[in-house]
Amino acid sequence: MDYSLVVAIELLREVAGLILIATGLAVIFGMMRVINIAHGEFMMLGGYTVVLTTKFGVNIWVAILILAPLAVGVFGIIVERLIIRHLYGRIIDSLLATWGLSLFLIGFVTVVFGNTVEGVSTPFSGLPIGQYTVAIYTLFLIFAAVAFITSVYLTLRYTKAGLIARATMQNPDMVESLGVNSKLVYMATFGIGAAFAGLAGGLLAPISGVVPGMGALLIGKAFITVVTGGAAVVAGTLSASGILGTISQAVTFATGPVFGDATLLFVALILLRLLPQGITGRIFTRSV
Amino acid sequence: MLNNVSKDWLGAGFVTVLGLAILYFVPILFDLFEVLQMTKYVVLSLFVLSLAYIWGFGGILSFGQAGFLGLGGYIFAVSAINMGQTTVPFLIAIVGCALFAAALGYFMFYGRLNDVYLGVVTLVVTLILWKLINHTAGPEYIVGKARLGGFNGIPSIPIMTLPWRPDQEMEPAQMFQYFMAILIAVYVLLHLLIKSKFGRVAISIRENEVRTGLLGYDVRFYKLCIFTIGGAVGGAAGAMWASYQTFVDPNIFSLEWSAKCLIWVMAGGVGTLFGPIVGVIALEYLSFQLGQTDLINNLIVLGTVLIFLVLLLPKGIFPTFRDIIVKLWRGRRGSEERGSP
Repeated sequence: MDYSLVVAIELLREVAGLILIATGLAVIFGMMRVINIAHGEFMMLGGYTVVLTTKFGVNIWVAILILAPLAVGVFGIIVERLIIRHLYGRIIDSLLATWGLSLFLIGFVTVVFGNTVEGVSTPFSGLPIGQYTVAIYTLFLIFAAVAFITSVYLTLRYTKAGLIARATMQNPDMVESLGVNSKLVYMATFGIGAAFAGLAGGLLAPISGVVPGMGALLIGKAFITVVTGGAAVVAGTLSASGILGTISQAVTFATGPVFGDATLLFVALILLRLLPQGITGRIFTRSV
Repeated sequence: MLNNVSKDWLGAGFVTVLGLAILYFVPILFDLFEVLQMTKYVVLSLFVLSLAYIWGFGGILSFGQAGFLGLGGYIFAVSAINMGQTTVPFLIAIVGCALFAAALGYFMFYGRLNDVYLGVVTLVVTLILWKLINHTAGPEYIVGKARLGGFNGIPSIPIMTLPWRPDQEMEPAQMFQYFMAILIAVYVLLHLLIKSKFGRVAISIRENEVRTGLLGYDVRFYKLCIFTIGGAVGGAAGAMWASYQTFVDPNIFSLEWSAKCLIWVMAGGVGTLFGPIVGVIALEYLSFQLGQTDLINNLIVLGTVLIFLVLLLPKGIFPTFRDIIVKLWRGRRGSEERGSP
């Protein structure tokens, strides 16, 4: 009983982690069909923001929940202005440019902070469940992911900004002709996607520590989740995170961490073979 | 006046003769260190040919070409250590990578993945391979006599021998000539392939996939073949790289290598075979020089070059210069021959 509860929490943690790291990417992908390859490095920047600001005595919750998304969001907008806006409609080129950005950021942070792991102490302690202990921070992560995806859903579904965003996803020309400045929408979207990445990086920093190359460890899963999910931000991320996270974590429990990721990829490949436009390309097509 | 077809053959012939001249003269003219350095360029040139072919002549942009480099290297290392010879392992590496490419290609092309999806899947496959190999540090990950070694890599990989002299390791100069001969052979074969009916269909797929499909060609099958050939060439390069370095570690799978390969092809120009080779030599020489000064982080340079290429020179450095020169030349001739069509 205790053990199955712990296993359930671990499964949920994996799904929550996927939701956190993939949502920012999904927002940008759903809106402009661009996969931001530097997404992992945006998370890394979020992590470093938390590490640095807490060193200067900022409260860790302020650092994680406010400063990390804010800093990375602003950085995202700068990147959009300097690089991405020249490449709309050139999908492959935008992938290549964000890849360049990713390499640049890894190199830059390595030069500035050195190639070592920086840590933040985890807030909260452990919660005993029978003979096992679960970190309360894990429960907080699951809660954060739920709150996060719910607020994204509510924003997209019920606010004016969300309406404009959804309309732009469906038909940018029509939205433009209705008087919306689509350039501004794209800029804001990229900034918000980056802010989500910053938040995810901040939330994960106390668990894994931060290191310049951490992006590469995270993005693989994020990419495959978004691509498997398809164009709908919330439904796609939720369904893909749920399926892939559960399966990979189950395999991890059965055989150890090495094959968890490989299984995740293999399942994703099979799903993509069956549903080339992602899950929401065929099922839940009318969802957000 | 030469027509376009014979001009094309002339170019390929020129490159082949140039290659043969390099093969013959380099070991005579340069010292050991320089020959070793150039061997590296030869192996990387073969690697870049794999991407230059599938991207330039099949329209398949693989973001994970380093996956084949690494896989070829690891397959070669494991089988060479186990078998105590190198010719068969070399072939095993090539065939293994071709099979892997075929299996991956089946999922991608028969699922009709395109653009973003193709890029992401190839990228993630490479990432996962990198992670998998990184996790094999424990003593339980052993294939025959070869320990995979995780992040420590596999040391003391045998140096290749000539196929007809299996008991004698190659001297550096021999290795240079052997690898150069392979590079020339692959270049010529790819050129012949591009000029064949298969190659024309592949190019038409690159230009317009739907139209080619409507003309009755099985686009998925052609793409699968192109990707498999690319995988085989990449695997060959990986095996040669492992043997040249006598060492492989998981970083061969890293995104840095895939990115480098893309940058070389982009710099040299997509849609040529020779341009990317020039790209390899120019950029690797540059980064070698920069590396010696140790002032600038290599990744910063790579990233900046990639962004710069995409934003300012999407056609590539060398094709852009070529176009400018051709334009100037045409412009001058045009003013001389005004009036005649």
